[in-house]
Formats: sequence, structure tokens, C-alpha cells
Amino acid sequence: MGSQGGFGQSKEFLDLVKSIGEARSKSEEDRIVLREIETLKRRINEPDIPKRKMKEYIIRLVYIEMLGHDASFGYIHAVKMTHDDSILLKRTGYLAVTLFLNEDHDLIILIVNTIQKDLKSDNYLVVCTALNACCKLINEETIPAVIQQVVELLGHPKEAVRKKAVMALHSFHQRSPSSVNHLISNFRKKLSDNDPGVMGATLFPLYDLITIDVNPHKDLVASFVNILKQVAERRLPKNYDYHQTPAPFIQIKLLKILALLGSGDKKSSEQMYTVIGDIMRKSDTASNIGNAILYECICCISSIQPSPKLLETAADAIANFLKSDSHNLKYMGIDTLGRLIRISPDIAEQHQIAVIDCLEDPDDTLKRKTFELLYKMTKSSNVEVIVDRMIDYMISINDNHYKTETASRCVELAEQFAPSNHWFIQTMNKVFQHAGDLVNPKVAHNLMRLIAEGFGEDDDMSDSQLRLSAVESYLKIVDEPKLPSAFLQVICWVLGEYGTADGKYSASYISGKLCDVAEAYSSDDVVKAYAVTALMKVYCFEKAAGRKASLLPECQSLLEVLSASHSSDLQQRAYEFQAILDLDANAIENIMPLDASCEDIEIDKSLSFLDNYVLKSLEQGAEPYIPESERSGTLNISKIRNHNAYEHPTHSLRFEAYEVPKPVVPTKIPSTVTYPTDIVPVTVIVSEPSYQPSVQPSWPLVPVSDAGSGSGSTELKLRLDGVQKKWGKPTYSSGASSSISNFESDRTTVNGATQINTLISKPREPRQSNVEVSEEKQKLAASLFGGKTSRSKKKQSGGAAGHSKVSRTTNHGEDKVQPAAVPVTVTTAVQPPPPDLLDLGEPAGDTSSYSSTVDPFKQLEGLVDLSQDVNATASATTSNGPDLMSLYSDADLNGSLNQNPNAMNGSVNPSKKTASLTKGPSLKDALDKDALVRQMGVNPTSQNPNLFSDLLG
Amino acid sequence: MIHFVLLISRQGKVRLTKWYSPYSQKERSKVIRELSGTILSRGPKLCNFVEWRGLKVVYKRYASLYFCMCINQEDNELEILEIIHHYVEILDRYFGSVCELDLIFNFHKAYYILDEVLIAGELQESSKKTVARLVATQDSLVEAAKEEANSISNIIAQATK
Repeated sequence: MGSQGGFGQSKEFLDLVKSIGEARSKSEEDRIVLREIETLKRRINEPDIPKRKMKEYIIRLVYIEMLGHDASFGYIHAVKMTHDDSILLKRTGYLAVTLFLNEDHDLIILIVNTIQKDLKSDNYLVVCTALNACCKLINEETIPAVIQQVVELLGHPKEAVRKKAVMALHSFHQRSPSSVNHLISNFRKKLSDNDPGVMGATLFPLYDLITIDVNPHKDLVASFVNILKQVAERRLPKNYDYHQTPAPFIQIKLLKILALLGSGDKKSSEQMYTVIGDIMRKSDTASNIGNAILYECICCISSIQPSPKLLETAADAIANFLKSDSHNLKYMGIDTLGRLIRISPDIAEQHQIAVIDCLEDPDDTLKRKTFELLYKMTKSSNVEVIVDRMIDYMISINDNHYKTETASRCVELAEQFAPSNHWFIQTMNKVFQHAGDLVNPKVAHNLMRLIAEGFGEDDDMSDSQLRLSAVESYLKIVDEPKLPSAFLQVICWVLGEYGTADGKYSASYISGKLCDVAEAYSSDDVVKAYAVTALMKVYCFEKAAGRKASLLPECQSLLEVLSASHSSDLQQRAYEFQAILDLDANAIENIMPLDASCEDIEIDKSLSFLDNYVLKSLEQGAEPYIPESERSGTLNISKIRNHNAYEHPTHSLRFEAYEVPKPVVPTKIPSTVTYPTDIVPVTVIVSEPSYQPSVQPSWPLVPVSDAGSGSGSTELKLRLDGVQKKWGKPTYSSGASSSISNFESDRTTVNGATQINTLISKPREPRQSNVEVSEEKQKLAASLFGGKTSRSKKKQSGGAAGHSKVSRTTNHGEDKVQPAAVPVTVTTAVQPPPPDLLDLGEPAGDTSSYSSTVDPFKQLEGLVDLSQDVNATASATTSNGPDLMSLYSDADLNGSLNQNPNAMNGSVNPSKKTASLTKGPSLKDALDKDALVRQMGVNPTSQNPNLFSDLLG
Repeated sequence: MIHFVLLISRQGKVRLTKWYSPYSQKERSKVIRELSGTILSRGPKLCNFVEWRGLKVVYKRYASLYFCMCINQEDNELEILEIIHHYVEILDRYFGSVCELDLIFNFHKAYYILDEVLIAGELQESSKKTVARLVATQDSLVEAAKEEANSISNIIAQATK
């Protein structure tokens, strides 16, 4: 004996688990696991291991892997175990492989065959196990190998198999949506399965299919509504009730489906109104599950065609969420508010204080959710407050993911609603300074473009003001250490383009700053490239303006360094600069015209400047050019031949045409400066260094038929993509207007952003003071919500305290059902201190609370069951030594086998009763466990008393 | 959809992990490290939700054990809380007043039960009774197999020792 431990494992394994449990540090734990890995590596490869032993090794591998170590050396043994005939071993094998392998693992190919075989098994438990494995292991490539069998299993007599088959198909859909598209009729049939579990499972693949395309499923609306109604009316068997709520998980899934089906469909939506209204009325707001359903109802209401009555109910429910003391419900309240605000924007106003409370809550999750809400309700009247708050928050967090998200939201809001140039520049500076490397590079280019283009041609004054304020702010910031690369690029570009534009700063001053930047960030080639090009522009503008321009010595040395740079781009820029130094002012003005970054670029698409060259070549016997359309058929062949020709060792004559030249794409304009000798009819004047290829798509050139500039239809123009409402534009919801109309409206209406701002703020009503809520909050509320703080609002916030009762009863509701620990001191074994831990209770480090938690009624229940326990405990106490474990293991297993099913059969009645039923065995079990664990040396008082406490308080 | 299930003790020890979305072993360790850091440090009265890398993690503490499930942005957090509770209730019935120690030494059983509650990252069965019945049937089969194994291989093992 001795190999059989108390929990079905060997002493060795129990010791391992125990020592891991007692490890005081991660490094100690790692040491133990590494030793175990060594042991297993040695043992698992021994010949003729008994299967039972192997099963234990596999479980030990699972344990190692669970603790985060690599057990891949044993994967193959787990795979082998799935081949075993015994279901016991097979099950272990499948469990291990589903835990070890991802769907793309090489070993899976070895399992597919076994799965196929097992799906055909007579034993439905084997089929179930195989289906479980299907869900995890079958990948896109292997779906065809099993799908037919899985579909057949939809008609299996056992509901457990049917259900798992449905779920397996659902998982196939996730891997490869096209694989199950043809099975719609099968799913529809399963919707009317006798077993509610199968019906519930069928909702998952149907939901998948409906998400992809709503239309073919519209006829199901009536069926879904009908099912939902029946569920809500408790027509399903009682054992689907969950805490007295009828099949809530099925209800929630159905509501999700209805939300999809009713979206934008008045007729379907109308069918749903009654049932949703009924469910909302019936839902139990005191329990968590009731609120879960309520939340799903609100989501559904906000998705389908709005019904005024339902919206009202939803608004009431949201108010209750927000008033709750529970953070969870507040969170849901904020979430639902964000959903409903799209339909009825006024709803936020009555909850403003609650929203601000959430915004200032120490709970980061809640705060984040509230920012999401604010983002959704931003308009030009409150953009300043919201964006300022968001930036403050962005600075305060470390989580890069959310920093990025917040930053891009700030940028987006600033671009849409900025009230003034100055504010916009300041905001962008802050965002770039703190999250510059996290924002999309597009944002930086948008900013450059906005500074370059300003508001349009009519208003040069405000444009130059904008530029000046940008230059000034950048000169202030540029000396700060460690600026993000993207921000430096913007700074360099703007300083180069506009640094000297209005004569406030001298060229040498700007050049000095730029040289500093190139020096300070010498490891960043992109920044250096921007800096050099900016220096070149500053020099060119000076020279073109007829002023005497001399290079600063540091600039000279920078050029020398760069012309020997490893980066060919930097080298080129440096050499170009040096070439420009020798040119006269006239040529320079041609190359680098002042403030021409937004000038239209003319492109000669027909490449007429090459005509002479082509003609000459033709005369010399060259073959004429065949347009691409005419030689499309031969394209592939010639390519292949070309390829062969290259590989040909001797340089023989080639008779095939050269590779087809790529059509000239307008966006591929050489961004660097062209030499004067090369000046061709194409006037390419793009002064910003488009260094990264990723930059290109953000500057697409699209033809805009603009009557104003009169350059004809071939003219190409920069388009502001990604900026829906152009910066500074006052209206909130002019969503679908095209970029062209934006251009025009901007040009005609805008006389300066400050004016727009006053225009907007005028219609806003004056803010009233609020007595009950603190002044500061009030101010914030007013600035956020724009409107007055209504009186009713105040009452609501005051009533929040009174409402706390609701949430408290929520807890009670839960407590009732959860069986509590029943500590009865009747036994010989030393009782561990079973602290009565409710789910959120403090960890009971102290044992003194024990006596106070004893509930007399529960004690009585325990006594009733004691008669059964006496035997077990008696036998346990009489034996001793290692044998004790095996005895216990039997008692334990019998206990769980015989008693539990009975207890569960009784669970049709409200769970309160079942709680008391399970109490009996639990007492015995607790004692058993305690004694056993003591044998193994785990001492409740020594290490971690919490291990002994019941999870369900 | 549930991307993974984690059971972590208050000391940050892993008690059970189940991954429904593909994560490499390295990612798994990172996820566990990150999440146990965030979740274990949260106070008792805060939300049971944490937003994390564009997903949400719903967690609930039972005694000193944290049950965490990671879900999509659009999923219903309250529902997930109840799914966790549903699982704990089933564990409780199976083990009879389940405590952390049960799960430490019987983690494979906890896995089997989880496989009957969740499948492919979704709740497959919302009836506790059905789950319990299926698990019990499997156990009885396993028992039968075990007895068989005991009678033959155990004797051999004993004899060869």
C-alpha cells in the first residue's frame, strides 16, 4: 500500500502539492517544480510504466503546466493516453491534451483520429469527452475530418451529447465561420429540442450566425419572443431556475439575439416590446442575477427601434443602478447610460451628480467607465472640461493600453470640437508630451497638416497666429528632456516650416534649437531626418529672402556627421543640404518655396516630358510600349520567363520583355528635394520628410473639383481623412457630410475660432448654484452637462443613501442560499477553525471569531446527520498511520458518490432546502478532510487557515 | 465569450487555469502575473470588474480564493458573476462544502466539473442538477474502472515490488 493517498494520488504527489503550498517565495516554488520536472522526465520515459502510474504522471504534468512551467516533454504521453481503451485513462488523456495544446499544435494531428473513433463510441460518456476535446483542439484544417460526425450527433438520444455537439459546432464557427453556415436548418430544428439545455446551447451558434447576417433569420423573431415569454413565465423545468429566477442565462442570451434582430427593424422590434416590458417588470432588482437580466433588457432596448414606454422604464432602471451603493451596479448604470444617451441625449442631465461621483471614485474601473461615458457625450460646449480631465487621467495611469486609448480619444475630441487654435495646440502638446509614442503616427501628421492648412485661404491672419502660437509653444517645450519621437517630429517640422516665418525669431536661433534636438536624440534617425530637413528649410528661406544666411558651426558639424551616417536616408538628406548650399537664391526659391507644404501638386500623369526620350528610343529600334490592358494575358508567362532569364548563368540575349513597370502612383512622390538639374515639368514640392512608409497613406491625394483655385479637374489636393468634423467646426452632429463640403463651409463661415465659441455658449442657460451638493462638483457638473442642475437631481443624489438598503438586501439574498459552515465540536479530531467567511469577508486570520458564528439551527441540522457520520469518524479514528489515508479516501469517495446525487435530486425545491441537505455530508467531509490533511502535515494554524474555510461562506 | 478562467489564492498562488482562447505558455504566465497583481490589490468594496487590454476581467472572492473570468468588452459582467457563482455552487455540492484545499488536491476534478459547466468559452449547462448527474455518472464509471485496475494491475504492481 502507500501508493494510494487520501485524494487518489500517491504520497509523492501529495507531498509535492503540499510543499508547493508551503513555499514561501516564487523562487522556492520554482525550485520545487524544476526538481519535479527532472523527476518526471526521468520516470515518464521508463519502460513498462503501469497505466495507473502513468495517469498520475500526466496529472502531475498538468499541475506543473498550471503553475506556469513547461511540461512539453510529456505532451506525447498525454496524447498516447487518449488512445487508451479505458475511459478512466482516456478521460485523463483528453483533459491533459485540452489543457496543454492550443489548436495549432503539431501533435493535434495525432489526436484527430482518436477523436473520430471516440465520436462513434457506444458509450455516450466517451462521446462527451471526445466532443469536449473537439471544442478545444479541432482547428480550421481538421474541421472537415469531424464535422459530419458531429452533425450526426445532433440526433443522439442523450441530451448531454446533443448539447455538446451543438457547442462543438459553435466552436467550429469561431475557428472558421464558413464551416457551419450550411447547418442553419439543423440549428433551427434543435431550437425546439425537448431538452432545455440543448435549446439553450443552440442559441450560441444561432447568435453567431445572426451576428454575421441578420436578414435570413428575421422570421425567427416570433419564435425567440415566444421562447423568451415561456421562459419568463416559468414554463421550463424547475431545475433551470437559478436563485428563484427562471433560466436567467437563457433569458440573457435570448435578449442578446433579439437586440440584434430588432436593430433598425421596426416591425421586428414591435413584436418584442411586450415581452421585454414584462421581463423588466418581473425582474428581481434585489438579486444580482435579476440585475443582470435588467441590464441585458436595457442593452436590448437601446439597440432595437426605440419605444418611448420602454425607454422610460429603462431610464428608471438606470437611475436605480446609479443610486445603488454597489459599485458593480453603478458601473452597469454608467454603461447603460452610455448606451441610452445615443437615443435620448437628455437622460444624462438628471444623473449628472451621480456621474461626477463615479468620475471621482477611487475605483479605477468605475472611473474608466465614466470617462468612456464622457467621451460619448462630448460636445463643443463641454469639450474643454472633458479633455482636460482625460489628459489628467492619462498622465496619472501607467497602463499603456489605456494610455493609448485615452490619448487617441483626447486627440479625436480635440480635432472635432476644439474651441480655439490656442487651446487645440496646447491640448495636442500635452497629449504628445505624455503619450507621444503611444498615439498613432497619423495623429502627428494630422497636426502638422492642420497647422499648415489652418482654416483656409481667406483668413491668413488667424492662420499665422495659429502658427506663431505653435512655434512659440514648441520653442518653450523643446528643451525639456525626453520628449517622445512623434512629438519631436512635429516640433521639427513646424519649426522648419514656420520658425522664421514672421521674423520674430532669428534663423540662427531656430537652427540652434534644431541642432540641439538632433544632438540630444542622436539615436533616433527619424527625428534627425526631420531636424536636418527643417534646418535646410530654415536656411533656404533665409537665403531666398535675400538675407545673408550662414550656417552655424554646430550645424556644419552635424552635416558632416550625417553625411557619414549608416542610414542612407540621413546621408542623402545631408548631401542634398550640402548641394543646396552652393546654389543661388533663385534656384533655392524654386526648390523650397516659402510655406508651400499645402500647395497643390501637379502631376503629369501622361509623363509627357518623356516624349522626346521615347521618340529617340523608338527611332533607335526600341519596341513600342504596349499598354498593360493589352498584354494582360501574357503577363504571367513573361514574368516567369524573366525569372528564368535571371537565373541563366551566361549573359545571353534576352528576348522577353522587361518586367512590367509599376504604374506611377501619385502618392509616391519623392519627398526629398530634387536637384535643379533634374527639374522636370513635374513640380514636386513636398517639403516634409516622409520618412516612414507608413506615413504615406495618411496623405492621400484625391482629385477635388474645386472651382475656387481653377486648376482644372486633374488637380490633386490634400484630403483631411480621418477627421470627420473638421477641427473647430461648431456643430455636433453633421456626421455624414463629405470632406469637400467641409472644406467649403469652413472657408465661408469661419472667421476665427473664438467667435464660434461664443456663438455656441450663448444659447446655454446660466448655471444655477446648488446648495446640497458641493460647489466644486456643481461647477463641474454644469460645465460637463452644460445645463442647469435641476432640483429633482439634487433629491436623487440625496436619496442615494436611503437607497443603500436595496443593495444590502442583495447581499442578504445571496447569503440565504449559500450554505454556511457548520462547525460542531463532537469529534475526537482537533477541529480546525472554520471561520465563517462570506465571499467578501476579511480573511479570518484569527480563530477567535469561531464560536460567535455558530448558528443554533445549523447545529441542529448537523446533529441530524451526525448519525451517519459516526461510523466514518469512528473508523477513521481507530485506525492510524498511513492506512488512515486510504480509509479516508474510500469514505470520502463513497460520501461524495452516494450522498451527493441524492442531495442534488432533492434540489428541485428552492435552494434553501438543498443547502441544508448538503450540510450533513459537508460536516463529515470537513472532519475527514481535516484529519487527513493533518496526517499529511498541513496544519491549519501554521500556514494558511483560509485553505480550510468553505468557499460558500 | 470567456477567454480564460483563473483561480488564484489571496497569496497569488494559482489554483486552476483554463484557457479557451489560444495563449502561449509565456503569455499565460504574463497574464497571471499581471492580473493577480491588479485583482489581489483591489479593495473589498470596489467593482468586481477590471478592464484589461481591451477585455474585461470579472472576479469574485470566495473565502481566500479569487475566481476570475476574462470576457469580451460587450459581455454582461453581472451574468459572468453569476456563472462564477454557479460553478462554485456546483463545486460545493460535489465536494460537500468545498474549501480551497479540496481544489488544491483535486484540481483535476475541478477541471472535469468545469468542463461540464463551460465549453468553448460559453456556459453550456445552467442546470446544476444536470451537471451534477453527468459528473456523478462519469465518476461511477471511473470508479468501476478503478476497481478493475486495482484488482489486476495493483496486484501485479504489488507482486513486482
